[in-house]
Amino acid sequence: MNMQSPLRAAPRAVNWNRLQDDKDLEIWNRLTSNFWLPEKVPLSNDIQSWATLRPMEQQLTIRVFTGLTLLDTIQNTVGAPALMQDAVTPHEEAVLTNIAFMEAVHARSYSSIFSTLCSTAEVDEAFRWSEDNPHLAAKSRLILDEYAAGANPLKRKVASVFLESFLFYSGFYLPMYWSSRAKLTNTADLIRLIIRDEAVHGYYIGYKFQRALERVSQAERDEAKDFAFSLIFDLYAIEERYTAELYDEVGLTEDVKSFLHYNANKALMNLGFEPLFPEQTAQVNPAILAALSPDSENHDFFSGSGSSYVIGKAVATTDDDWDF
Amino acid sequence: MTGLVYYSSGSGNTARMIDRLGLPALRIPISPADPMPVPPAPYVLICPTYSDGEGRGAVPKQVIRFLNDASARSLMRGVIGAGNRNFGTYFGHAGPVIAAKCGVPCLYRFELAGTETDIAQIRSGLATFWRDPCLTAS
Repeated sequence: MNMQSPLRAAPRAVNWNRLQDDKDLEIWNRLTSNFWLPEKVPLSNDIQSWATLRPMEQQLTIRVFTGLTLLDTIQNTVGAPALMQDAVTPHEEAVLTNIAFMEAVHARSYSSIFSTLCSTAEVDEAFRWSEDNPHLAAKSRLILDEYAAGANPLKRKVASVFLESFLFYSGFYLPMYWSSRAKLTNTADLIRLIIRDEAVHGYYIGYKFQRALERVSQAERDEAKDFAFSLIFDLYAIEERYTAELYDEVGLTEDVKSFLHYNANKALMNLGFEPLFPEQTAQVNPAILAALSPDSENHDFFSGSGSSYVIGKAVATTDDDWDF
Repeated sequence: MTGLVYYSSGSGNTARMIDRLGLPALRIPISPADPMPVPPAPYVLICPTYSDGEGRGAVPKQVIRFLNDASARSLMRGVIGAGNRNFGTYFGHAGPVIAAKCGVPCLYRFELAGTETDIAQIRSGLATFWRDPCLTAS
């Protein structure tokens, strides 16, 4: 019998009281305290609102959600597990298992929306559409190539951050748009939970990318940066076509594209890089921004958008160590 | 002349904003083992946000430690919160939390490392603020 050592060393028991990187515990705590399940959102309150959408708008919404389901499925079954082999601490591996599982929750959530609002035939049609859609296939292929065994660990993180922080947003736009029109507001609440999780995922993987960059030569750093800008450029070209195919009929394509520019720039910031798209092309419709972060517009003293500043609402903080 | 104090964790977003602002700034260290800065004059604090889904834990522990020093706290004139709109209502929540705890105005919020517009707004906002701080106390 061949007793050669396995490719990977046998795992050692993970000791959370001996951290090599405090960020691992910080993110573990954040993700576990943010844990949720779709059952906590009263989706059935959207049934009446769903009925006010035109058939074409309903079809668009279901298709957008099947596209999002595919991305969550990729990240759940391939992306997060692929990142584990590159983990530099045992705690990072544990965080990645949480990320993998939450992606499964996200993918499962879209089916909760479907079973609440749609007929089986409509949903089956949309899944068929997603399987045949060339743009969805193209972006999946670009990401999956970087997740493949033997691929470069730095590039794998770049691809993962772009999935988490960029590719979802052609889809996330639509529930935010409906929410800004007071439609499907419970569905939007659920999507906001997903959006929040994806922000932590993109932030954490981007953070690990920056740490990994510190350990390689300047030439490798330059190569990783060139790769990142070239991949976001290629992904954007696909997203532009995907967006037009979905949103031309409802006249929202240009609005979605500004949102894509804005999120592409944020994805690059997660990697520690400068933005790609000029700011004037990344101005998001204020109604969409307000749907993303409701009730958070009243602290902006410098921009003069509010009539006066607010010295903070009395919000409960549970930090025990604010002892003054 | 008055300045800035900031915190930035390993993600480096706030530090990149400070670099591009090009204004004098003291950094609150990431490690509790390193010494806290001692601001010599009134300052504005720039602080990233770490809230959970309920807004808890918005302010990093090291910033709380810094503000627990009464002499450092007494020189703070305002706060700018950094964050991410993906956190919804709690975007940049460290700003309003510190403002409420310390009785200073929350001046501005920006996302991640900020945009060119954010930098221009903060530069001109701070210039006005330091020229006439009373404007903000009306």
